[in-house]
Amino acid sequence: MKGPSRRSAIGTACAGLAGLWLAACDRVTKSPKGYAALSEAERLTHRVQRLVVDRKALAREFAPELISADFRANGSIRPADPAYAAHLTGGFVDWRLAVDGLVERPLALSLAELRALPARTQITRHDCVEGWSDIAKWTGARLGPLLDQARLKPEARFVVFHCADNLGGGAGEAGKYYESLDLIDAYHPQTLLAYEMNDQALPVAHGAPVRLRVERQLGYKQAKYVMRIEAVADFAHIKGGKGGFWEDRGYEWYAGI
Amino acid sequence: MNTKTLIRRHSAPTRITHWINVLALSLLLMSGLQIFNAHSALDWGQKSSFTRPWLSMTAQERDGRLIGVTEVGGARLVTTGVLGASGGTPRGFPAWATAPSWRDLSAGRRWHFFFAWVFVANGAAYLLWSLFGGHIARDLWPRRGELSPRNLLHEVATHARLKFPKGEAARHYNILQKLSYLAVVLVLAPLMVATGLTMSPGFNAAAPWLLDLFGGRQSARSIHFICASLLVLFVAVHLAMVMASGLFNNLRSMITGRYAIEEDRA
Repeated sequence: MKGPSRRSAIGTACAGLAGLWLAACDRVTKSPKGYAALSEAERLTHRVQRLVVDRKALAREFAPELISADFRANGSIRPADPAYAAHLTGGFVDWRLAVDGLVERPLALSLAELRALPARTQITRHDCVEGWSDIAKWTGARLGPLLDQARLKPEARFVVFHCADNLGGGAGEAGKYYESLDLIDAYHPQTLLAYEMNDQALPVAHGAPVRLRVERQLGYKQAKYVMRIEAVADFAHIKGGKGGFWEDRGYEWYAGI
Repeated sequence: MNTKTLIRRHSAPTRITHWINVLALSLLLMSGLQIFNAHSALDWGQKSSFTRPWLSMTAQERDGRLIGVTEVGGARLVTTGVLGASGGTPRGFPAWATAPSWRDLSAGRRWHFFFAWVFVANGAAYLLWSLFGGHIARDLWPRRGELSPRNLLHEVATHARLKFPKGEAARHYNILQKLSYLAVVLVLAPLMVATGLTMSPGFNAAAPWLLDLFGGRQSARSIHFICASLLVLFVAVHLAMVMASGLFNNLRSMITGRYAIEEDRA
């Protein structure tokens, strides 16, 4: 074989190989074993990042000039839940943040009580898993002192954030957004229950009255419309069992990358 | 008269790491394009602009039809079927270029981070072996005189005419090979890893200086994309050269290590 015929034979072979290759990638993605094998990387990434990133190492904070003029609101922008809608109409005066689960002293904090807790203000970057970033100034109660007030029981290893919004994952409580953190991130100095964004009360599109800020992880960990914080030993029994709304839909629980 | 001699061309570590790299880089590229598709625009700086990225791939309606539009700098190109819109749906890169083929950011990320670890482990093994085993010093580092403009021009001219060295000269990499391999190994590959890590909010806390080095997370994302494009360009030229200089002989040398050279005995 010489010239064009040989070239076209090579071309056909390459196209055939590429087709097989694509089909193989898709098959591995669909096979539970293949997907589980790929997911082993998450454990490695998580462990190595915990090893090389100091527990208290701070996320970068920015100058006020870098604050985004139009911070993108993603996910839910106005929860339809009737109880939430009633709180919103009433200006959240009757709203209470529940702190329960594996705690010695369950709490029900009003917004005023939350504002009286040790607070922090920080200008940080919000990184969506999709790839974009925005910068905003957040003010909120530090989660660590709040958990200390509720006194975690020794068997508590994670804190779960139950939210008011439903992103379409089924009716009622089953479809509601939730997230979870380990105690390293829960006690990180920049981890806040933010009630202010850019010096204003937190807007509804960004999670009013309170959203989580956990600055060393991606956007989907920054749960909005937080209604209840539950301390647990593990989260396997909660909803999909993976520790969060997006985690139940295939995303990494450790979202530091 | 020409006779062929089989020489030992590539050592086992080069061959093994080469093929692991082929696997890792292809999957990193395909899953990287899947991840890119979740936000098919690139910016400079710490944050996204949304309204004026330097590169974007979008889908737009025209006469009831979906067209793909790619904008780079000020230029606007209709790229329907490949970039911006393909298969009748809006998507940056087409299904045949992404892993998995359907739109699935979370699966793309699983592929990407798995093969990122493979790429890093394989690359580290190659670099350690090449630096301390002498491969870089012996085979890749330019020798005296090779970088002279005269020699460079000569090599470019013979390459452009697809004339490849014979005899003694065929035993070694030529200067264009050396420079492109060194650029990939010592510049592009480390940049890929460093800009990738700069996009990790967790790693940012450990190494905030990377944000300063690259000018922000969105700049790092842009540089990651540009370096990936340069790697694709390298692979395209590399494959063309492999074909032009003898597909069978090159493949054999990268599998068995044996490479045939024509001895010039005229």
